[in-house]
Amino acid sequence: MSGPFVTLLLRDLKLAARGGGSAALALSFFALVATLVPLGVGADLNLLARVAGGVLWVGAVLAALLSLDRLFQGDFEDGSLELIALSPLPLELAALAKILAHWLATGLALTLLSPLLALMFNLPGNAMRMLFVSLLVGTPAVSAVGAIGASLTLSLKRGGLILPLIILPLLVPAVIFGAGAVGAVLDGIAGGGALGLLAAFSGASVLLSPFAAAACVRLNLSS
Amino acid sequence: MISALTAENIACARGERRLFDGLSFTLRAGQALAVGGANGAGKTSLLRLLAGFLAPFAGRVVVRTAEGDSDEAETRARLVGWLGHQDGLKPQMTVREQLVFYARLYSAPLRPSHLGGATGTSPAGAPRAGEADLISLLEQVGLSRQADLPCRYLSAGQKRRLALARLLVSNRPLWLLDEPFAALDSAGQALVADLMARHCGEGGIVIAATHDPLGLAHESLTL
Repeated sequence: MSGPFVTLLLRDLKLAARGGGSAALALSFFALVATLVPLGVGADLNLLARVAGGVLWVGAVLAALLSLDRLFQGDFEDGSLELIALSPLPLELAALAKILAHWLATGLALTLLSPLLALMFNLPGNAMRMLFVSLLVGTPAVSAVGAIGASLTLSLKRGGLILPLIILPLLVPAVIFGAGAVGAVLDGIAGGGALGLLAAFSGASVLLSPFAAAACVRLNLSS
Repeated sequence: MISALTAENIACARGERRLFDGLSFTLRAGQALAVGGANGAGKTSLLRLLAGFLAPFAGRVVVRTAEGDSDEAETRARLVGWLGHQDGLKPQMTVREQLVFYARLYSAPLRPSHLGGATGTSPAGAPRAGEADLISLLEQVGLSRQADLPCRYLSAGQKRRLALARLLVSNRPLWLLDEPFAALDSAGQALVADLMARHCGEGGIVIAATHDPLGLAHESLTL
């Protein structure tokens, strides 16, 4: 089963690299948010460092959302999803492959960019490291929970507009734990507790969401 | 392989509307069925039901294989070669990449049996793994010159030909074809007719929803 799984994963990565530029769009959006907030808040470096965790986490989640509506939509519209459903690869694993591809193309790229953007918020080195680790641990949850919303709104016209309304409330724990871990380090407390909760949330999302997404895809294919 | 497919009193409803009711037929290996009927009569729904995308409102579909009889949609799905309204092609991927992707997704080698024993070589003269089969397959559907062309440059008829090549690559015994002659010129239609006849000759089953069976079907059904 690893062959078809890897095949689908690589194809989605190839499509992300070649078409649409959704990953580049997400990175640009993230960078713009991180640039605009310091301009709006002003030159109070302590305040900027204080809000950095929350702002960058919210920015990363919103940036990842930009490409989530296409997670299954393209395959649904051009008939590929029917062919994937008929392949030997179970739909649950197909959903996991697409989640992983989305995270590699978007979540990981946002994470790698985050230290650079954290400089604009005057974030100290240890808090910057925690931001990086929290995004590394937490962004898979964004792709995983997003997959549920993307599959649920698959056959809806303008489903991309409804998608954030479904997903964002579900991602509240990720933002709270992620920003909390950065805030804890700023307060001189080890952020391990919040990071552990974030890891648990992320792990549970990645483990469970493929089943929910596959069920939603089946529902849409039967309509 | 599949030795028979039997529909027993199947009914299909879409919303409040009953499309067909009490439909029964049996096809044995080597037989083809042309499904006709007016627009909206339920031809596509019948194919989607046979593929397992839709559950029958009543009745059941049974496939007989070497492992025995099964009326499970999952079992049937693993036997289906699908040619739907949409061709399942990505505009960013080349013709060659599409076929390699589907061959790997379906864990199906590009076998010489698709190709009438023809062989090919790489530009350097030495055969590469799978390459000979792929080139011959493309020659068979008249797309060998477009092998490295992204699909966005193909005409509707060429996309249909590529979808036919993908159908061959999937290496499935039960072909469900929805309007297989759509967008094809007379040579393309003759190609479809030839492929269907060869598939039946090799012991496969073909069910095609079409307004123009070209006298190929062993059985016909009008909804």
